[in-house]
Amino acid sequence: MANGTIAMTDLPVPKAEKSFFEQSTNKHSGILSWLLTTDHKRIGLMYMFGIISFFLVGAIIGLLMRLELLSPGGKIFSAQTYNSLFTLHGVIMIFLFIIPGIPAIFGNFFLPIQIGARDVAFPRLNLLSWYVYIVGAILALTSLFLPGGPIDTGWTFYIPYSVRSGSNVSLAIFAAFILGFSSILTGINFVTTTHRLRAPGMSFFKMPLFVWATYATAWIQIIATPVIAITILLVIIERAFGVGIFDPALGGDPVLYQHMFWIYSHPAVYIMILPAMGVVSEIIPTFARRTIFGYKQIAYSSLAIAFIGYLVWGHHMFSSGQSDTSNWIFSLLTFLVALPSGVKIFNWVATMYKGSIDPQPPFLWVMSFIVLFSIGGLTGLVLGALATDIHLTDTYFVVAHFHYVMFGGTGTIFIAAFHYWFPKMFGKMYNLKFAKIAVVTYFIGFNMLYFPKFIMGYLGMPRRYYDYLPMYTPYQRISTYGSWILVSTLFFIVGYFIHAYFRGKKATSNPWGGVTLEWHIPSPPPVENFKVIPVITHDPYDFSQLKEMKDE
Amino acid sequence: MSDHQDAVLEVNHVHRDDVGARMGMWLFLLTEVLLFGGLFLVYAVYRYQYPDQFRIAGMELNTSIGTLNTIILLTSSLTVAISIAAIQKGNKLLSVIMLSLTLVMAFMFLVNKFFEWETKFSHGIIPGSKEMTSKPNGQILFYGLYFVMTGLHALHVIIGMIILAFMLVFVIRNKITEGNYVKLENSGLYWHLVDLIWIFLFPLFYLVQ
Repeated sequence: MANGTIAMTDLPVPKAEKSFFEQSTNKHSGILSWLLTTDHKRIGLMYMFGIISFFLVGAIIGLLMRLELLSPGGKIFSAQTYNSLFTLHGVIMIFLFIIPGIPAIFGNFFLPIQIGARDVAFPRLNLLSWYVYIVGAILALTSLFLPGGPIDTGWTFYIPYSVRSGSNVSLAIFAAFILGFSSILTGINFVTTTHRLRAPGMSFFKMPLFVWATYATAWIQIIATPVIAITILLVIIERAFGVGIFDPALGGDPVLYQHMFWIYSHPAVYIMILPAMGVVSEIIPTFARRTIFGYKQIAYSSLAIAFIGYLVWGHHMFSSGQSDTSNWIFSLLTFLVALPSGVKIFNWVATMYKGSIDPQPPFLWVMSFIVLFSIGGLTGLVLGALATDIHLTDTYFVVAHFHYVMFGGTGTIFIAAFHYWFPKMFGKMYNLKFAKIAVVTYFIGFNMLYFPKFIMGYLGMPRRYYDYLPMYTPYQRISTYGSWILVSTLFFIVGYFIHAYFRGKKATSNPWGGVTLEWHIPSPPPVENFKVIPVITHDPYDFSQLKEMKDE
Repeated sequence: MSDHQDAVLEVNHVHRDDVGARMGMWLFLLTEVLLFGGLFLVYAVYRYQYPDQFRIAGMELNTSIGTLNTIILLTSSLTVAISIAAIQKGNKLLSVIMLSLTLVMAFMFLVNKFFEWETKFSHGIIPGSKEMTSKPNGQILFYGLYFVMTGLHALHVIIGMIILAFMLVFVIRNKITEGNYVKLENSGLYWHLVDLIWIFLFPLFYLVQ
């Protein structure tokens, strides 16, 4: 035993090995065995239901917004409704889908398995995080139906409008506050798990890169989230008591609010993208049958992104009236953060070079990611440069940029991760042909939806408007048609996964030929993950193990 | 622990790891520091912007009550520390007495705070009130921050009292013992944090002029 106090390795294990679906971790069965479970895999799946539901709700709201913009004249919704729609789209997608998305589902499910542990460090705290997430979600939903109407401030809740608005701002942002707690608790859990529960022999530099990425993300969750918590609290107090801290009428400074908001919300962008980058680093070696190129550089670049990403928030405020000195410093730092991202992209491509590539669906999704994310990343530099940013501030260009990064980046990998790990999580295989069709229609729909926004933004189309000048009509049309293709693809994907769960062929324990620890155990995994805690001797992507694994 | 208990713990995925528990607590305390850090940042910005009015408003605060509360809170940190040391040595009685004293002092702190706020209220210093908004901006901000920061701190004192009350029950019922005291240790850490934050609040509001 490597860790003296962790008395788990030599305990009796159940004789017949049941999967975690069949065996409860408490004395209950049925729904209670899920609601009161401390099993990280079950908690991951419970997050999955919440997160995917909200993702689809957010996507439908986006679809409605696109419908409104099909032709000029603002015929379907009023301006006020449109304000609420884009606010809800933002709040749901960011706080309920993309921030928890990959860490809460796949981090929960695979982080302990990939480091050779039986669970996270604090299993009960983990369950609590899920409940906190659900409470936050319920509060957010409640705020929609109370008198006053749904929040209409945009997801950034900028002062002074968020203090003046008569809509249910306080309750909606309190929901974000609660969701922040869930994020913090998950972060604390993952950092401690990574430090305390690695299997014997698994040094930090033998950890799979998904673990590295989740670990770096957990740190950002811990360090950044409290700042948004206090900022939100101050807005609520401002609305309730009028203390004046952000209200310019009482001497407060709205720009200070923007600083505090982005001190969290920019690092939050990396909370969203880093885990996705970790998943990419898992998928590419598996399907290229080649150890990852530049393992240490990828691991360090996750930490570098986490660190530098904490210091670039001011690039959201180039036109808010901060000093010129701040502007160029933040611009410089923004360019610097592109470096570790570039390191990752080059390492992934180099991994594929001379590999024996097996173009299975997860790999194809990653290819789609690399194109979309690169477009998003490079247009980010256009916005990071001071001169061009002034022209593009608050236009569709910004909207296109962050949808390419967040949806094209994290969203695509969220789907890729399901394609990669679905057979392991559920023990069933989905229809590969359907999955390949979905990649293509997704890619087409995505680019139709968002690429015209770069052009419109460059031509001057402002974001968050429910109407537009006739000159934008052709672009808006293409964009709306794209949204139909994209959203139908999303439902198609959900459909074939549900079909696979009920009717799919049984998956083997290692359908892709991966070598990280999750592929050494049965699909779906047993409750205890490992009969005996493994001793790690190989590097994480050492494919020479494949032969011995076949004999296992 | 008996073998039977081990088996139950095993299925529940819950295991004992004192080092891990402490690590988790320190990480949580870091988030608390950052939470208050946001407020200290706001304070610094406005103090820089309105130095004179902050000075005028600061002179209104009652330094003697502030000092008294500082002494009370620092002493309560000492008693928590003694309580942990006592349980480590197996002295349950001393641990219980010290924990109870901590709770009493925490309560005294809140009582003082209550009377302090009460006095402010009776002078019309209430956020959003007419008398308040007619003051110059710097003073509105000073009192706004004063109520928000000491209020949030008082909330932490109350949470700390609840946690320590549970610990007191655990010690009495032998759930926290000589061999298993990490819960009490972590609660003590939390209490020290509450103390630490006050140590910064006190000079910023009552002393610096």
